[in-house]
Amino acid sequence: MSVPPSNSAVVADGLIKQFGRFAALRGVSGEFEAGKLYVILGDNGAGKTTLLRIIAGLSQPTRGKISVMGTSMDTSKVKDAQAQIGYMAHPSLLYDDLTGMENLQYFAELYGIASNRCREAIASVHLDPDLERPVGQYSQGMRQRMSLARALLNDPCLLLLDEPFSNVDTHSASEMAGLLAQLRDQRKTLFVVTHQPAILESNADEFVWMVAGRIVNRTASLRAEAP
Amino acid sequence: MSFLAITRATLGKDIRLEWRSKDAINAMLFFSLLVVVIFSFAFDPTAEDSRRIAGGLVWVAFLFAAIVALNQTWAREVRNQVLDAYRVSPAPANPLFLAKAIGNFLFVSVLEALMTPLFIAFYKLRALGPGWELLPIAVLGTWALVVNGTFFAAISLRTRSREIMLPALLFPLSIPALLGMVNATTAVLTGEGVLRFWIALLVAYDVVFTTACLLLFRTVLEAE
Amino acid sequence: MKRGFPILAMVTGLLLSLALYEALIAAPTEKTMGDVQRIFYYHVPSAWTAFLLFLINFVASVVYLIRRDSKSDIVALVSAEVGVVFCTVVLITGPIWARPVWGIWWTWDLRLTLTLVLWLIYVSYLILRRFSTSSQTPLLAAVLAIFGALDVPLVYFSIWFFRTQHPSPVIGGGGSLDPRMAHVLLLNWVAFLSLAWLVCSTRYRLEVAQREVDEAEAVESLLEGSR
Repeated sequence: MSVPPSNSAVVADGLIKQFGRFAALRGVSGEFEAGKLYVILGDNGAGKTTLLRIIAGLSQPTRGKISVMGTSMDTSKVKDAQAQIGYMAHPSLLYDDLTGMENLQYFAELYGIASNRCREAIASVHLDPDLERPVGQYSQGMRQRMSLARALLNDPCLLLLDEPFSNVDTHSASEMAGLLAQLRDQRKTLFVVTHQPAILESNADEFVWMVAGRIVNRTASLRAEAP
Repeated sequence: MSFLAITRATLGKDIRLEWRSKDAINAMLFFSLLVVVIFSFAFDPTAEDSRRIAGGLVWVAFLFAAIVALNQTWAREVRNQVLDAYRVSPAPANPLFLAKAIGNFLFVSVLEALMTPLFIAFYKLRALGPGWELLPIAVLGTWALVVNGTFFAAISLRTRSREIMLPALLFPLSIPALLGMVNATTAVLTGEGVLRFWIALLVAYDVVFTTACLLLFRTVLEAE
Repeated sequence: MKRGFPILAMVTGLLLSLALYEALIAAPTEKTMGDVQRIFYYHVPSAWTAFLLFLINFVASVVYLIRRDSKSDIVALVSAEVGVVFCTVVLITGPIWARPVWGIWWTWDLRLTLTLVLWLIYVSYLILRRFSTSSQTPLLAAVLAIFGALDVPLVYFSIWFFRTQHPSPVIGGGGSLDPRMAHVLLLNWVAFLSLAWLVCSTRYRLEVAQREVDEAEAVESLLEGSR
């Protein structure tokens, strides 16, 4: 099931997220079409990671609503939506003492996916599925790619990637960017949080600028900066 | 993606990980040994009535060993935030809980299996009552500690001073189970006292709290 | 409630004074234990009040779990705090009574032991509330309260049975009660309930005010940086 039913992948309405006195999100609203690659930009503390986590269903907003692929994320149907989501964060979300295949085989069980899908996922990020080395001994770049493979495992409609290019060498980064563009061409929706937007400049459909917990601008090009 | 398949996969993953980091297992085994020896020095094994206190001694020793094991139940999931990978998947919460609880049960049982022969040797223990009854008591008692222990270890993830929060939350609630385990064991060892009641109490405790844990674990897992 | 406070305070003051007089002076002296027995009029009503407050905590926790509203949470918090105080009174008056009468500081009688275990459970409840770093502390606390409530019958039966196997002096006296003493006992209980109500309602209002302040500060930080 790769194609989402409606045309909106994500609809956010007045999202507010407070951690005690600190407000990470101060009212985020917007509609995000399916099948597009969105790059989210902003300084540290702008709320980018928080927004991604709320879309992924890992965090509940203090106020406001969000619906992902037609499913409101505060109901019991959240798990159905999550079956179609792939999430990648700055920590690797992998077990250091297992090999790449072992990691993905475990996660495949959680999604109810056939085990041969693991090979495909690892191969798609240009890693060796038969590598016996545990993930903890990978280089940073390899770990990022394996983390991406895990996010791709369930062939999700919606991909949420938080800093996928950090600590990755230029060559691997542009390979990854190419892969992301391919995924978008397969009608998947991607949200990429990054401090290196230039890597995706030619592939991104829209740049979403965030400042202090709000979306301040949405532009088609990187040149137009936040006011 | 059935409930059982996820439980089995998670349990298998945990056992594999535990096996790969043998340091932790060896340290735990050594710790259990130490506990038995220390207790033997502290509570005179040659005393006439050692049979009377042995039940209590053994279970307190098991409790300490269990706490150390329980404290690191979720440590593996906290590293690299890998628990988020589970939470973002469509897998329900309870298979995770059961897998962790069963894993803890197996691990603590191994520790108990190591400590028991030592206790028997040091305290010259011999059951005057039906010795085979010690097995169901051990199973029920260990599960009582482990089911709530796993649950409160998950709650402790969201607190400061994690290592002390777990015993602070677990011990008061475990008092009836502890009375059950100790008195049942003493009844078997001394051949006196009413065994039936204490076993019934343990069964009641296990049923009540296993149900409560399964009903409320999802709430705890999703709390930020 | 604000206007009710002085009236309630006066009523409580009157009741406590009357109860004090009755307990220490007017009530008949107990045959075997003498005047020391008068502490009974503090020991037993404190226990009943504490148990009632813990029952309120349980109900409030269940309501919170269902409705997730702030009011239930505050009721749960307040009843736990005041319950622990009354519990402490029981645990102190018990030994004070036991020592001159039986020469021992503690006896594992049913009421005292049950009170001790409840005290431990609710102190751990308050510790959880203090040490929690979660933004959903009320939820975790409510879960713990429910576990505590489920434990109570198990504690009761285990101690009761243990006592039948190993009898010991019962603080609080078994056997029938002189009707004049029963009357004083009840009076003291009413006075204690009045005091509990006074303290709880004050604490409740204090907590409500504190949360309003926190809420205001949160809203302020939310509006910060808005253009």
